[in-house]
Amino acid sequence: MNRIDRRFAALKSAGRTGLIPFVTAGDPAPEHAVALMHALVESGADLIELGVPFSDPMADGPVIQHASERAIAKGVGLADVLGWVAEFRRRDVDTPVVLMGYLNPIEIHGYVRFGEEAVQAGVDGVLLVDCPLEESAVLAPLRDAGLRQILLAAPTTAPERLANLCKAAEGFLYYVSFAGITGAARLSTTDIAARVADIRSHANAPVAVGFGVRDAGSAKAIAGFADAVVIGSALVERLEGVASATEVADRVLGFLAPIRSALDAG
Amino acid sequence: MQEIRDFHAFPDAQGRFGQFGGSYVAETLMAPLAELTEAYLRLRDDPAFIAELDRDLTNYVGRPSPVYFAERLTRHVGGARILLKREDLNHTGAHKINNTVGQALVARHMGKTRIIAETGAGQHGVASATVAARLGLQCVVYMGAVDIERQKINVYRMKLLGAEVVPVTSGSKTLKDALNEAMRDWVTNVADTFYIIGTVAGPHPYPLMVRDFNAIVGREARAQLLDQYGRLPDVLTACVGGGSNAMGLFHAFLNDRGVRIVGAEAAGEGIATGHHAASLAAGRPGVLHGNRTYVLCDDDGQITETHSISAGLDYPGVGPEHAFLKDAGRAEYVGVTDDEALAAFHLLCRTEGILPALESSHAVAQAIKLAREYPKDGIVLCNLSGRGDKDVHTIAAREGVTV
Ligand SMILES: Cc1ncc(COP(=O)(O)O)c(C=O)c1O
Repeated sequence: MNRIDRRFAALKSAGRTGLIPFVTAGDPAPEHAVALMHALVESGADLIELGVPFSDPMADGPVIQHASERAIAKGVGLADVLGWVAEFRRRDVDTPVVLMGYLNPIEIHGYVRFGEEAVQAGVDGVLLVDCPLEESAVLAPLRDAGLRQILLAAPTTAPERLANLCKAAEGFLYYVSFAGITGAARLSTTDIAARVADIRSHANAPVAVGFGVRDAGSAKAIAGFADAVVIGSALVERLEGVASATEVADRVLGFLAPIRSALDAG
Repeated sequence: MQEIRDFHAFPDAQGRFGQFGGSYVAETLMAPLAELTEAYLRLRDDPAFIAELDRDLTNYVGRPSPVYFAERLTRHVGGARILLKREDLNHTGAHKINNTVGQALVARHMGKTRIIAETGAGQHGVASATVAARLGLQCVVYMGAVDIERQKINVYRMKLLGAEVVPVTSGSKTLKDALNEAMRDWVTNVADTFYIIGTVAGPHPYPLMVRDFNAIVGREARAQLLDQYGRLPDVLTACVGGGSNAMGLFHAFLNDRGVRIVGAEAAGEGIATGHHAASLAAGRPGVLHGNRTYVLCDDDGQITETHSISAGLDYPGVGPEHAFLKDAGRAEYVGVTDDEALAAFHLLCRTEGILPALESSHAVAQAIKLAREYPKDGIVLCNLSGRGDKDVHTIAAREGVTV
């Protein structure tokens, strides 16, 4: 059993909603990348989404674009990210780690080589924003190596495709709460509740909801109908420019703790 | 690679040209792309749509554009005859309008009220603003901040036509970033917005659709050559940025195996310097802007910044059909430097009284090289994709002249 499946099974039996923070690997500081991952777990993360910086993040809003640009300017690449996951695994063998990003860095690294190295490092899954189900054949070597491909569904997803996505979903299905880019503030929980409930009843995997979740209030609203909530831009924004490891940990705790308690408050 | 019988059989239903092309986009865009593909494939075979498009191309764009024998240039070079397909004479001054007229009609048939576009040199932005004005559609054009600086005239033209020009300050602040930003807009406003991509790149069906709308260039030229010269050319050449004018010229000739095809990419300061935009000549297969194609990137997969004197060629990817033609051995792609393009620009000005766009000057430079390889009765057919009025300031600045 993969760590992702184990974690969602544990959440389910405990009756808890999962908390999935997203951070861009290497931002705010490459030297604190591993400390940041541990801080996320200590502040209540159930699974970590680690963004692999890419020069052309087409689906991301300004906050994550700029985080990517800052990380790339400091020389962060896929090999660094894999190295940080391996280092993180020395102290944490339970928290699932999903790499989120775009296809080109992996294509250039080589699919077979990436699959082997990622599993070796302790990565559990990949969420590739620009690789929809229809183009996923290229990811076969990743799946063969044991990585889960996290698929996305969106408000625009047509019924027939949605059925296919629900069937193909593994690890968890990521539901994008509105048509837009990361970091926009358009969340309308009433619109999505029924849709997510419907997807949950059909999907072979748990459903996490992301895009537009910014704080305890919005996370709590989502928790009413999702297996997990994903929080990205608001956290990345909070970490911008932070220079010391202690301050990284403090900011993460200050940001995630209220969200964690809101989710756990039943 | 397997022998290809019919180059006109591509792309397949998934938008693939062999291993290239496809739809590498965010989930949110899968439905709008499917809707667009469905609408376009229906309209493409609809006689009423075809007649409507033909009327616009004739009465609004000014087609057919002539094939012109550049006699003094030919004599100056001393090789094969150089013929120019005069896309610079189209309304708005470039081939870009062939595509925007077509896509705007598709947009109207789909009931969309808002047009967005990305632009590099500003030619596609102008062509989009033009058709939007004519159809009474709202128009937003994304343009890299660096390009806004070097193509001021076109920025002002777009504003005169009623478009809003949005400066893009992310990444390298050029065409690729404008495309990213337009995609972000589209993802956010899919319900009422039609994205007019300006070249044969992007996700399926854009490489197919943009190629189809520009293929009129090659269809006309092929018929004009048979009519006026009783034969096909020995070799075709066109500049390749994203590759729309080149695909437009090449497509009708792809199955004429005796016709050699050469694309001219921007070699900037020289391919060896790293300051260039020659994705096919110097790049590798990767995924960018919704399709698999040749890209310029580093070993981490980060797309690298490009350089060309011409904003319209300053792009680190290229349309997937060109990637396919390269790997199939059907077309060759070579680099032309800034200096070579400038020399060709001046030569065409003075021998023929034609002021070509800097993009097109790359094709002219390549045509001159090719003409030297063929006997005097040979024919080099060069796509003169646009006129150079927009580039006068760039050229003056480079040559130290204040206008
Ligand atoms: C006159 C002209 N030619 C060529 C190009 C390059 O585009 P493509 O390679 O799609 O023809 C441009 C782009 O702006 C242009 O304005």
